[in-house]
Amino acid sequence: MTDTTSTPLVQIREVTKRFGNVTAVDRVSLDFLRNELFAILGSSGCGKTTLLRLLAGFEQPTSGRILIDGVDATDVPPYDRPVNLMFQSYALFPHMTVAENVAYGLRKERVPAARIRERVAEMLAMVKLEPLAARKPDKLSGGEKQRVALARALVKRPKLLLLDEPLAALDKKLRQHTQFEIANLQYQLGTTFVVVTHDQGEAMTLASRIAVMADGRIAQVGTPGQVYEFPANRYVAGFVGNINLFEGRVTGVDGGRMSLRCEALGVELAVLSDEAIAPGSAACVAVRPEKITLSRQAPETKDRNLVKGTVWDLAYFGDQSLYRVRLKNGTELQVSAQNLRRSAKLTVEWDDEVYLSWEIASTILLLS
Amino acid sequence: MSDGTTNDGGHSLRWLRRMVTLPYLWLLLFFLAPFLIILKISFADPIVAQPPFTALLEWGEQGFTGLKTTFENYAFLFQDGYYGIIYLASLKMAGIGTLLCLMLGYPMAYFIVRQPPRRRQILLLAVILPFWISFLLRVYAWIGLLNNRGLINNFLISIGVIDHPLTMLYNDFAVYLGIVYSYLPFMIMPLYANLERLDLDLLDAAADLGARRWQAFVDVTVPLSVPGIIGGCLLVFIPAVGEFTIPALLGGADTLMIGRVLWDEFFINRDWPVASAVSVVLVLLLVAPILWFQRLQRREQEAAP
Amino acid sequence: MKRRSPMLMTIVAFGYALLYVPIVSVVIYSFNGSRLVTLWGGFSLRWYASLLADKDLLGAALLSLRIAIVSATFATALGAIVALALHRVNRLRGRLLLSGMITAPLVMPEIITGLSLLFLFISMADLIGWPASRGATTITIAHITFSMAYVVVVVRARLAAMDESLEEAAMDLGGRPVAVFFDITVPMLLPALVSGWLLSFTLSLDDLVISSFVSGPGATTLPMLIFAKVRLGVTPDINAITTIIIALVVIIVVAATIISGRRGPVAARPADAGGQ
Repeated sequence: MTDTTSTPLVQIREVTKRFGNVTAVDRVSLDFLRNELFAILGSSGCGKTTLLRLLAGFEQPTSGRILIDGVDATDVPPYDRPVNLMFQSYALFPHMTVAENVAYGLRKERVPAARIRERVAEMLAMVKLEPLAARKPDKLSGGEKQRVALARALVKRPKLLLLDEPLAALDKKLRQHTQFEIANLQYQLGTTFVVVTHDQGEAMTLASRIAVMADGRIAQVGTPGQVYEFPANRYVAGFVGNINLFEGRVTGVDGGRMSLRCEALGVELAVLSDEAIAPGSAACVAVRPEKITLSRQAPETKDRNLVKGTVWDLAYFGDQSLYRVRLKNGTELQVSAQNLRRSAKLTVEWDDEVYLSWEIASTILLLS
Repeated sequence: MSDGTTNDGGHSLRWLRRMVTLPYLWLLLFFLAPFLIILKISFADPIVAQPPFTALLEWGEQGFTGLKTTFENYAFLFQDGYYGIIYLASLKMAGIGTLLCLMLGYPMAYFIVRQPPRRRQILLLAVILPFWISFLLRVYAWIGLLNNRGLINNFLISIGVIDHPLTMLYNDFAVYLGIVYSYLPFMIMPLYANLERLDLDLLDAAADLGARRWQAFVDVTVPLSVPGIIGGCLLVFIPAVGEFTIPALLGGADTLMIGRVLWDEFFINRDWPVASAVSVVLVLLLVAPILWFQRLQRREQEAAP
Repeated sequence: MKRRSPMLMTIVAFGYALLYVPIVSVVIYSFNGSRLVTLWGGFSLRWYASLLADKDLLGAALLSLRIAIVSATFATALGAIVALALHRVNRLRGRLLLSGMITAPLVMPEIITGLSLLFLFISMADLIGWPASRGATTITIAHITFSMAYVVVVVRARLAAMDESLEEAAMDLGGRPVAVFFDITVPMLLPALVSGWLLSFTLSLDDLVISSFVSGPGATTLPMLIFAKVRLGVTPDINAITTIIIALVVIIVVAATIISGRRGPVAARPADAGGQ
């Protein structure tokens, strides 16, 4: 799906945007490839919306350049950019019908009327809205509005489509359905889609690549798998998914293997790492809840880290259970386990003494 | 172009910046300048001439030669107890009028808010509709009703409640009635806007915790509607203080309101410097409530979703 | 529905009666054949006929209409510009002064506005010889000045409620700023412009105090004429004028409300405006 051989469609080079003395976007460099569905993920106020507005041309960077298709577009106004935006509020023109909304962009391009009608019809068919063409936006449901906004932004066949929190206004059920629709549409049209979202689940399922943003900077860029399994730093590790995080100190380095003393766990942990770190330096160790195995008998310890604790709390979800295990020194770990066997009785109960173990390879070392 | 300004701004904002000069100059010339002139004249000596006041700034051969001011007009206002009494009387009339307006307006707003949406719309429209009909003519309409031989007296006599007509016109009663009648919508609208936002769950919560209906009203509804009450009261009080038409048409010879006195001072006594001084003092009296009102509005705007 | 308290119902009924009894009584008595208010002399249109014969009154009405139309148009245009500038231009030079000057007329007692404008016109006539005489022009200027303030309130309320991303969306779809202004901004503001105009029109048509100050010999507006007449008591032909005005207002307001949907121009008035 991703064509990495050609030059990137969009190149963001060292872009900074300041409002007064607030730096919303801080020296961001980022490439969007052709035909990819890219997600910018971050909490509110991280600068992702500003970055989107810079791409759409509503804001101008304080410094840095934005290249679209190899051409410097930094100073190109929004109406001359081959970029369209689907607004979070949808921003449908309330005084125009659905068809007129979709036609607006083509009218501004001075496309002949007959051609406009054709393309509007085509676009409405694609988002399955033909029967509603003559409706005004206030007579549409949330999902229908979203599709009109999508159709309106796509009808001009932009090189780049920006989607600002495209699913935020939809209810949960519709959201899942729409996710697939957007991914499908992107595949059909081959346009580059950039989705801005605060929802990590949304970013993971939709996108082929994700950029995690924090405090105006890019914290990590990678595939969903890379971002989840190999977080670049503490922020990404904590923001994407659940995680157990502990401070530690390097005690020994042996080839690709490293041992760390973790006071919170009261044990020595082993981690795989090629990083050149001097013994004695501080580092952080993390492990995802689903990587931990829970057992009442002492497990095999080869290539595994092991701690012992008591089940403090558990939540049963049917398909899986979430345990909170408290160690003797009070530290808590989250463990999630698939309920693989059909049984009304839990194998591990409240106050059970348990062993927690996980593979050394699943242990994440975070240096920043 | 780099900080804060956006691309869409480019042309349209430059255009707007240029266009706004026109209304700006207009307001400077026709609103601010006149007010400064009034201030100036209030410090001038009255003379028998046209215009009947001495120039404050004298332009001699060598240009500006001096500023001639006199505080006589203000001294006159304060020494002559007459004006003090009128200011107080105006504040009193406006204040009582406002309270009466609140006593009538609050229950109405409360009632309207609790109607189903469609009826609410109609009732609200019915409150506002009279406003589009000439204020002067609506005040006038009361003359026919309140007359000694007007509709109300005729009606009361015919059903035998009274046998002599009640004097209801050309006195303070008529002015209060006029104020309540004219400004009722100004009271109801902010109250309505405020009460509409009241979360009805709060009343249920109060009831759930043991409050009776009227207790919930006193403990929850009233405290939460204080901004609406203040807003409505100021909206009535501020214009009522300087009101001219109502006391002129419905008031008696002894109904002292500053608007009317000012009118007479100007059109009958032709004492422009004193009229100016009276105006300046009136504005000073209104500054506090106006600032209060503006602060309230700003806060309401910030609080609005 | 909840229980109704008889006390509350009585107050509400009294309130609405207070609002409508005077108006209704004037309408009824405008068809009274008798000159006396107290006597019902049978249905008659004689007061309407006498209106048509009253040259002074027709002249005053025409003058008032002319002033109202011109001043409402200017006030709407100028007020819309001020509202847009205050809402859109971030660092407007002299913003504080402008917003102060545009809100002050809402709360300034009309009698002071009238007096001060008169002094201005006199001073200007002294200094630059214009306006040589006061009349329709000076009244129109005065009306534009205070109506503008009301227009700004109405338009700003609309701007505040407007989704700014609409204009960005239009621009994103290829609309240049001027096109966006006419495609999106103007249609969005239209209800506010219409209600601002109507508001200015009625304020102008209704104004007695300010007109009385800034008018000169020969320029008598309808409210000035009515005031002179009603100071002497009830006159049946004024009842007839009132009825005509009421009929016009009801037709316009109801039509405007139906056309513009729930938040019609009517609803904009007292909530947004600051004073009489």
